[in-house]
Amino acid sequence: MNLLPLFIAVPLGTAFVIVLLGKMREIYSDILATIAALVLAILPFILILTLDKGETLVYSMGKWLPPQGINLVLDGLSRLMLIIINVVGFLAIVYSVSYMKKFTAKSKYYGLFMLMLTGMNGVVLTGDFFNLFVFAEIAAISSYALVAFGVEAEELEASFKYMVMGSIATTLILFSIGILYGLTGSLNMADVGRTIQGNGGTLLSLSMVLFLTGFGIKAAMIPFHAWLPDAHPSAPAPVSAMLSGVLIKALGAYALMRIFFNVFGLNLQLSWVFMILGLVSIFGGGLLALRQDDLKRLLAYSSISQMGFIILGLGCGNYWGILGALFHLLNHSSFKSLLFLNSGAVEYSAGTRKLDKMGGLSKVMPVTGATSTIASLSISGIPPFNGFWSKLFIIIGLVQANHFVLAVLAILASVLTLAYYLRMQRNTFFGKLKKELEKIKEAPLSMCFSMIVLAIACVGLGIFFYPVMKIVLEPAVEVLQKGIKYSSLILGG
Amino acid sequence: MKENKGMTLIVKTVIKFLAPIVILFGIYMILHGHLTPGGGFPGGVVIASAFVLLTLAYGKEVAEKKMKRSLASLLESTGALFFLILAVLGIFVGGWFFSNFLPKGEPLKLLSAGFIPLANIAIGLKVGGGIFAVFLALVIFRVAGEGGKEQK
Amino acid sequence: MIFFLSFILFLVGLYCVLIKKNLLKIVMGIVIMEYSVSLFLILLGYKKGGFPPIVTAGVEGTNFVDPLPQALVITAIVISIATLALIISLCMRIYQKYKTFDITKIRKLKG
Repeated sequence: MNLLPLFIAVPLGTAFVIVLLGKMREIYSDILATIAALVLAILPFILILTLDKGETLVYSMGKWLPPQGINLVLDGLSRLMLIIINVVGFLAIVYSVSYMKKFTAKSKYYGLFMLMLTGMNGVVLTGDFFNLFVFAEIAAISSYALVAFGVEAEELEASFKYMVMGSIATTLILFSIGILYGLTGSLNMADVGRTIQGNGGTLLSLSMVLFLTGFGIKAAMIPFHAWLPDAHPSAPAPVSAMLSGVLIKALGAYALMRIFFNVFGLNLQLSWVFMILGLVSIFGGGLLALRQDDLKRLLAYSSISQMGFIILGLGCGNYWGILGALFHLLNHSSFKSLLFLNSGAVEYSAGTRKLDKMGGLSKVMPVTGATSTIASLSISGIPPFNGFWSKLFIIIGLVQANHFVLAVLAILASVLTLAYYLRMQRNTFFGKLKKELEKIKEAPLSMCFSMIVLAIACVGLGIFFYPVMKIVLEPAVEVLQKGIKYSSLILGG
Repeated sequence: MKENKGMTLIVKTVIKFLAPIVILFGIYMILHGHLTPGGGFPGGVVIASAFVLLTLAYGKEVAEKKMKRSLASLLESTGALFFLILAVLGIFVGGWFFSNFLPKGEPLKLLSAGFIPLANIAIGLKVGGGIFAVFLALVIFRVAGEGGKEQK
Repeated sequence: MIFFLSFILFLVGLYCVLIKKNLLKIVMGIVIMEYSVSLFLILLGYKKGGFPPIVTAGVEGTNFVDPLPQALVITAIVISIATLALIISLCMRIYQKYKTFDITKIRKLKG
């Protein structure tokens, strides 16, 4: 029961201790960061093993009971997000032990990274609106600083664009929290959900629109996506993996799910809005990715496209749609992080990111080539990798809800995904080896370790999807489907 | 070049008397956070602004002798760790994260309300150190930036 | 009616961010937006004829203004200070690299 505050306290304490110790010797910060990330990665599995399936824990800070106090809520959806955040975070830190040797201020990097983990863990654990806002801001501000970490001209410009749009999103979210407080007089999510049931009104719709815009900017849906293709390529590779694989999901998709399913309640208009936004994101991201020349920019547009799949599945609203969306969230973290780590390895060894300058790299970098092929096949939806199952579930959900046109469009979008990933693979890893690239070596050991673990996760989630579905995903789907009854669960018990 | 030496004599004399009073006022705001308006955040900002006044009036060198940049960073991290330790101690002594475990006296006295004065001190340290460190970083960069541009 | 005025202040800030071409004016637009939202939150707690929510020794009375939005606004102001410090230092670094503050000339990333 007392494990829940550790998710927030451990990375927060580690961040400040690393900044203090790192002034002395740099090796201390490496060891401390890795140990802390390992502890954080093991904790969600302990929680899964010791609790029953689907049990909800409510932890009140300082013994102040809700609705006056701030409480931490752990239900099925939070468990899924905690696994994703902490495991990907651990692998990214192991990767950065060798990747960040080129940069100078390594202890500050680890401090900022730990602060980002604190923020994301706090967002998925909290049950209070203002707490959500504060932790989202902690994660966002650390990510602004991390994007501009290597201070080249392009990275500064990308970080400035990201900061301006992120600040607009922050302001909109705060405005909407203010409106909700004025309407209901409380900030607790369960209390607000119980009070606004059944009432309509223009102020409530204004609040919903402002939340959708604010978290839509953070989740990079089209038309709010303009910061993502600049920010994700410019960051160092492990930061890109965390940003694209975890941050847009924890701050964007998770917050949308929690607010719109558990507090406001899903009705017909909202589900159509989600589906249209999802569909536009899929095709916008996919078509723009076809023309890209830079490896990481292509991956960034592909992130927009896959987030569209998740939102499309969420908007569907029935069991298979939500199951497919949550499974796609889990899968996308694994293969998109793997792809970004691969691109970082390519950049570390070959020194370039342009697609027409590379070729035939799988002869000199076998581990990178193999894992990249696994990731590309997974994201395009080839059986038996995990992407196939999640896209299949989303399409089954759409067909069950009688949206046949949308189902056909989703299948077309999968074919589009396969097209640009095949192009990327052919240009990077297969084909003839260019002369100037003949002397490069494979990536160092810690980078290979992270990539191999993620590749095993991709294959394993695809083959063993049935036990994963039963243990981890079904409680999460139940939480979302219960919808507004979430409030009686928190306040009654 | 004139700014490196500080401002005129009138400003320097007035600041010499004012700066300790401002710091004292900041400490008063932090300690009485549970009785009067204020608390950790504004008190920390007032303390940082006293050091900013010293820097503006006397130039960078004198203020850096009073509080070096590494000391400001150290204060900031220490303040944050102190706050976190208070919160985690709540688990061991009181059983819940962040519980108020020191004895609460009668209301309206200085030594009441559990560990809230200690939390205010921690926040005041952190905010004061943080804002002064930010100010120093921006000021030092301006001088280095112009020098760098001339070298290019 | 009062809330409508703070929404207009928010739109003024949004206009600055969208239309102005100087980097520093965009930053000022962001600051205006954050101030307008803080103002809106404080105004939510107002009661007619209310006292400041501080228990002092001599004053009797229970008609206090709502103190919860004031705590929220302190936190929001501190967060906006951190964002402002970060974005100003980014502007200074951008000036060092690009030699201009004009946002139409800072366009190295395209496509």
